[in-house]
Amino acid sequence: MNRLGKQTIHFDNPPTIVETASIVGPKEAQGPMAGYFDQCLEDEFWGEKTWEKAESKIIKETVNLAVTKSGIPATNIDFCFAGDLLNQCISSSFGLRELNIPFFGIFGACSTFVEGMCLASICLEGGAANNVLCATSSHFCSAEKQFRFPLELGNQRPPTAQWTVTGSGAAVLSSSGNGPFITHITPGKIIDMGIKDANNMGAAMAPAAFDTLMTHFEDTGRKPSYYDAIITGDLGHVGKDILEDLCKTKGYNINANYDDCGVLIFDKSKQDTHSGGSGCACIRNSIFWLFLQTIT
Amino acid sequence: MNPIETPKQYSDYVDKKSPNSPILKNCFNAFWVGGLICSIGQIIFDFCKYKEMDVTSSNTVVSIVLIGIAAFLTGLNIFNKIGKFAGAGSLIPITGFANSIVSPAIEYKSEGYVMGVGGKMFTVAGPVLVFGISASVIIGIIATLFA
Repeated sequence: MNRLGKQTIHFDNPPTIVETASIVGPKEAQGPMAGYFDQCLEDEFWGEKTWEKAESKIIKETVNLAVTKSGIPATNIDFCFAGDLLNQCISSSFGLRELNIPFFGIFGACSTFVEGMCLASICLEGGAANNVLCATSSHFCSAEKQFRFPLELGNQRPPTAQWTVTGSGAAVLSSSGNGPFITHITPGKIIDMGIKDANNMGAAMAPAAFDTLMTHFEDTGRKPSYYDAIITGDLGHVGKDILEDLCKTKGYNINANYDDCGVLIFDKSKQDTHSGGSGCACIRNSIFWLFLQTIT
Repeated sequence: MNPIETPKQYSDYVDKKSPNSPILKNCFNAFWVGGLICSIGQIIFDFCKYKEMDVTSSNTVVSIVLIGIAAFLTGLNIFNKIGKFAGAGSLIPITGFANSIVSPAIEYKSEGYVMGVGGKMFTVAGPVLVFGISASVIIGIIATLFA
């Protein structure tokens, strides 16, 4: 493990993503990526009485699925990195309380899953663990309740608004394996360009994505064309356009192989999701798609 | 495209880049739905007058009926669809006020009747009440002084 440039970490023995699992809600199941999920729910409650309990159940079942699929017994998993959008990360902490694996609760909002994978990779490469679990969840209804308005309130959403993905994703990472590998990580900085519109998260997040991408290219000496795919989490249609523009100002053209999970997960024309998907589960569930694309 | 250095440059750029709400369509829908709700109120009012009620009582009946209908439709998950279509058209009349109180009551019921329904019922309508009542107190004082 060594540092490259300003903020990139390179792994000498890169951790392997052994297996992943995902469970999503009914709206995601109607989207273009429906075929790539392990399980699609018929309703947002899944037999529970509250949105929060439903979200806990989703992450619990997803983690169980990922562990089962990986073939690694839960007792051999050394640490768990998990988080979600709700106060005190209650979905993860209540959902995973019976898991009996040492737990790092993390909050990175929409970046939680990737943040978890970054920390897990460092943990694996540093020799602190052999197998690590990463998980995250988000739920449209619990997120609306906590951050916006009650669902029954009769208001209008502007075209720049995004739709929180209902679902959960989990991955089991191991220090040994045949790939796919995590070879480099470039944690980004907090970049605030002063966007105050709470309904335009794509524009608020795009400058940070831009800064991280530019730093990654400089640190590794690579160009966008080196990659099969460059994927951002949930910039949505608006943020994606902005990021492409911002990259051009620095002389990088990423349009050919760049895509955004918030854009991919819903069909904008049919699903009334405005600028696209968002939330912790967004990147996770789209990464699963990417995962299939790259290894098959 | 020129490099973007300052928050001001970025903000101007984002304003240009972000799609705008369909204002004409929204205004048109708000106009006719809002007008329709007010017409229904007028019909109820005229019916009360026809039944020989006085003006104050008729006004009260109009409010009660419109609030009742809006609260009922909120519970059936229909009012939010009307609101999405009509915007201010269903928000500004007393129907919007009813919806803004009933919807948090439904949403926070899961947190219990006291701290959930009771404590959070006015999270949306609270500012309307605070400033509405404050304004009426100020107007009342002015009216008393100059009466």
